[in-house]
Amino acid sequence: MFLHAKNMVGGYGETTILNNCSINVKQGEIAVIVGPNGAGKSTAMKAIFGMLDLRQGNVFFDGEDITYLSPQDRVKKGMGFVPQTNNVFTSMTVLENLEIGGFTNLDKIKSNIKEIFNLFPILEEKQKQIVGELSGGQRQQVAVGRALMTNPKLLMLDEPTAGVSPIVVKELFEKIINIAKAGIAILMVEQNAKQALEISDNGFVLVQGENKFTDKGMTLLENREVRKAFLGG
Amino acid sequence: MDFFNAIALITNFILLPGLTYGSQLALGALGVTLIYAVLRFSNFAHGEIMSFGAMVCILFTWLGQSYGVSFGFLPTALLFVPVAMIFTILYCMLIEKFVFSYYRKKKSNPIIFLIASIGVMFFTAGLIRFIIGPSDQSFNDGVRFIFTVREFKTLTGLNEGFGLKTSQAITILTTIILCSLLFFFLNSTRTGKSMRAFSDNEDLALLSGIDPNKVVLLTWIIAGGLATFAGVLYGLDKIYKPFIFLQMLLPIFSAAIVGGVGNPLGAFIGGYIIALSELFVTFAYKKVLGYLLPENLEPTTMMQFLSTDYKFAVSFIILVIVLIIKPTGIFSGKTI
Repeated sequence: MFLHAKNMVGGYGETTILNNCSINVKQGEIAVIVGPNGAGKSTAMKAIFGMLDLRQGNVFFDGEDITYLSPQDRVKKGMGFVPQTNNVFTSMTVLENLEIGGFTNLDKIKSNIKEIFNLFPILEEKQKQIVGELSGGQRQQVAVGRALMTNPKLLMLDEPTAGVSPIVVKELFEKIINIAKAGIAILMVEQNAKQALEISDNGFVLVQGENKFTDKGMTLLENREVRKAFLGG
Repeated sequence: MDFFNAIALITNFILLPGLTYGSQLALGALGVTLIYAVLRFSNFAHGEIMSFGAMVCILFTWLGQSYGVSFGFLPTALLFVPVAMIFTILYCMLIEKFVFSYYRKKKSNPIIFLIASIGVMFFTAGLIRFIIGPSDQSFNDGVRFIFTVREFKTLTGLNEGFGLKTSQAITILTTIILCSLLFFFLNSTRTGKSMRAFSDNEDLALLSGIDPNKVVLLTWIIAGGLATFAGVLYGLDKIYKPFIFLQMLLPIFSAAIVGGVGNPLGAFIGGYIIALSELFVTFAYKKVLGYLLPENLEPTTMMQFLSTDYKFAVSFIILVIVLIIKPTGIFSGKTI
């Protein structure tokens, strides 16, 4: 197992949001966390990334126990994270956003930028533009691009399609599949549960911070209970 | 001819002093705006840090002069600016270590930082009075004028003229050089971009592997360096008065806010806006209008909007107007 978050318990302050939650991701696969509002999806991701102290449980990444590492150190270990909001440097240009992502690995900066421009051609076109002036979908691409610049082995996306139009959602998912094909494991939290499960290898359905269902994405889609409860029939 | 006389008058009494004073304000405002953008608080101690820089420079200038050091036709003090910068930056680091780092670790509200900075301001002011005393110090040696009003008049044959003080030329040139360097640093170097990124989005900057301690340190180095220059240049141009730096806080903050606080280009432009408005409003236009208007329309009064005693009111009024009409300033501020 590439990422193995085991029996996580934790929350903000006194409250407990995660209740024995486990998330596993294999190398090169797409895993999706879905669930109703307030189920602790984003919290689970934050816990995996070290932005939340766990009361119980462990996080193993690439065979190493990283439970007590800071988010910055996890970035160095090969975790990339795209937060849901404030995930770009709005006052800086597209190119600068990518460069800053690459400061941890200077000799690969140029080749990485080239790869990201291949993946998101629109960014190459707009590289001199201030990110604050871009559309929501384009910003999201910048955000993913910045995270990819850190050479992650696992890319974590917190609701990458929040607030972008349906056509762009489809496009973004295609890009995500392409990233996974390049060998980068992907873990994402998604509101567009149906579409996300369709492209995913593994799905985790969380309810009140607990794993309710864990299965292949397609199997979950066919599961009547999951459909009824979370996917609208 | 009359037209050129009027231009010469305005250049001598508004333009040159305005650009000089504006440069000093711009250097001060840049420090304020950088600290606001990166460390996220309004540093009220900045005026006294300028004063501290000027004081150290004066002390070393005296020491140098006693050993017979001189800088030809330029003020000796310029030679000792680098030394003064080092001391001022060290002082800033001490403040950071003993005052601000505590609140940064606690993630205190910016208002707490502001109050702490007022404390630092009073402490620094006291320290300065203790070391150099409360009285004025003149330390400008070297040649006073590059060319005087009289030389200008004999050269051009005009009735009026303008002179260029050495300190004015030095101030304006130094400011242009320093600001160009700063803008180059912020826009084109890796460290500068890291600073801007940190200012834009601290959390994301951390996730991109930017070291916050390095950014904080660098901000103090730049702010302290600029403050030293601002203090020394102000002292060279006018006179070093420990008391003046508390009063200068208002125009400096106005400059930063008019331009858009957190935006270095805004602080730079804001300095000149404040300085030139102060002089435009407090200048007596009697003579200028005498040259420009037909003879029978010559004004009999001073034609002055405001007495020079009220010059601080000008920056205050501009500040209020900006805060009411466009609180983000000319270049929408808050990030660098």
